[in-house]
Amino acid sequence: MSSYAIQVHNVSKVFRKRTGWLGSKTIRRWALRNVNFHVEDGEAYGLLGPNGSGKSSLIRVLSTLLTPDEGWAEIMGMRLPDQERDVRRVIGRVSVDAAYYKKLSARENLMFTARVYGLDPAVAERQSRAILEQLGFDPKRFGDPLEDMSRGMQQKIAITRALLVDPPLLLLDEPTTGLDPKSKRDVMIFIEDLRRRKNTTILLTTHDMNEAERLCERLGMLAHGKLVAEGTADELKRVAALRDGFPSISTLEDAFLALAGEKLVDSDAAPAGEVA
Amino acid sequence: MVRQMLGFVYRDWHLTRRYWSWVAVFTIYALVSSATVTLIGVAAKDVRLTLTLTVGVLLWSFLSVLFNEIAMSIAFERWEGTLEYTFMAPVSRLVHMFGVSLYALSYAVFRALFVLAGLFVFLDLSFRGANLWGMLVVLAASSFAFVGLGLIAATLPVMSPERGAEATNIFQSVLLLVSGIYYPVSVLPRWLQPLAAVSPATYALSASRKLMGIDTYSGQAPLRGAAFSDVLPEIGILLLMGVVLVPLGFFVFGRCEAWAKRTGKLKRTG
Repeated sequence: MSSYAIQVHNVSKVFRKRTGWLGSKTIRRWALRNVNFHVEDGEAYGLLGPNGSGKSSLIRVLSTLLTPDEGWAEIMGMRLPDQERDVRRVIGRVSVDAAYYKKLSARENLMFTARVYGLDPAVAERQSRAILEQLGFDPKRFGDPLEDMSRGMQQKIAITRALLVDPPLLLLDEPTTGLDPKSKRDVMIFIEDLRRRKNTTILLTTHDMNEAERLCERLGMLAHGKLVAEGTADELKRVAALRDGFPSISTLEDAFLALAGEKLVDSDAAPAGEVA
Repeated sequence: MVRQMLGFVYRDWHLTRRYWSWVAVFTIYALVSSATVTLIGVAAKDVRLTLTLTVGVLLWSFLSVLFNEIAMSIAFERWEGTLEYTFMAPVSRLVHMFGVSLYALSYAVFRALFVLAGLFVFLDLSFRGANLWGMLVVLAASSFAFVGLGLIAATLPVMSPERGAEATNIFQSVLLLVSGIYYPVSVLPRWLQPLAAVSPATYALSASRKLMGIDTYSGQAPLRGAAFSDVLPEIGILLLMGVVLVPLGFFVFGRCEAWAKRTGKLKRTG
């Protein structure tokens, strides 16, 4: 088996949209263009990029939800899409959007996941409560419908859902976006603790530079579906400083601007040729 | 595998429980609309018509719920935003959709029994002499075909996030129109009648009317329900439709899922 938890080789994805009279015109929008990178087993790798840069599309490819047009991806040595059922057993995913049955309680949502993954419900319930306690979730709210919970509480349920199956690989798609500072800190501490205890491999997409620097050993910068730079935070700043001619570049945000040619956040319009 | 399948039953049961007020509204609506249809027969002082309409509303309340629950399961997941998570769980589509179908079947039985019990409040009904066991076999045989149709219709929301649920409803209304639920298929315009031949509800109704003794009803109680052997052709057709439609449903579903993954249609919308 490969020592890489994730291997992405020349992955490209283009979305086509028909417009015009009776769909006579087709607009092609690139989500990913020849993306290559790997994540070592047990490593935390961060993907940085503005909205529409292709981060979520890449996570979807790795989650078996999107088939690339070109290239291939391997998870724990298993090729996609051929071995997608096996891949699904080793990944947990947390996405930025609220993807739960909102009328169901936290317990009901989590026990549904446990059953679908073939776990013993009694064991899964104990595990869920333990994870939620570590995340600082009030145990009295376990039976409340998710629609009655704050965004922070909902996101803690989403993280618990991903961890319930004890996956060796976690795909975290902006897991702390929209959280208050305390919830954000709780989540980050939990992820650090998880890595210490279980050596879980993590692929994190984020806009938050502090979060990326704190949690990730290496970072990749995505812009317009292309991976424009890769390395540790210090390496990226150094390369950016050399390219930009300003040795004083000290933040990842400045480094991103220098390397990708655009701002990392507050991108008003979706970049041309991008939908994801 | 059984635990995974029951996981979907667990989810759907709790969703029903949490949406209980809507479930109550739809169930009472089904009862009231069934009563209004069957009372047409009472108003006409025509027992045979009343029985025909009663069989129609009972069968349709069972088959339509079965079809609708399966067909709308994907649309519901789109609305909730959970579709991606269900599709990335390590569960085969066979187990997933059989789990959904199992709950749909239980729910459809409950709804049909509720409507039947409620109709006794509105109507002076007697099924004495009807072959009710035979009717249960017909319902069971027609369930497979309707599960297959539900699976095919469930692909529509996979393919089109916006229009899929609408198309599913149109599909269901066409089934209602062409299957002769409340009238003989022969009264349909000639150009529509071929569609009746491919609807499993047509054969389920034909067999049920025979087993109830509606076709031979002379105006005198008790009913003289046909023997089971008299409806073997209909049962055979229904089972054959099930044998064709269930695998076809899974095949179509698989193809649509692969297409949705290629085109990015699984992505949450709304």
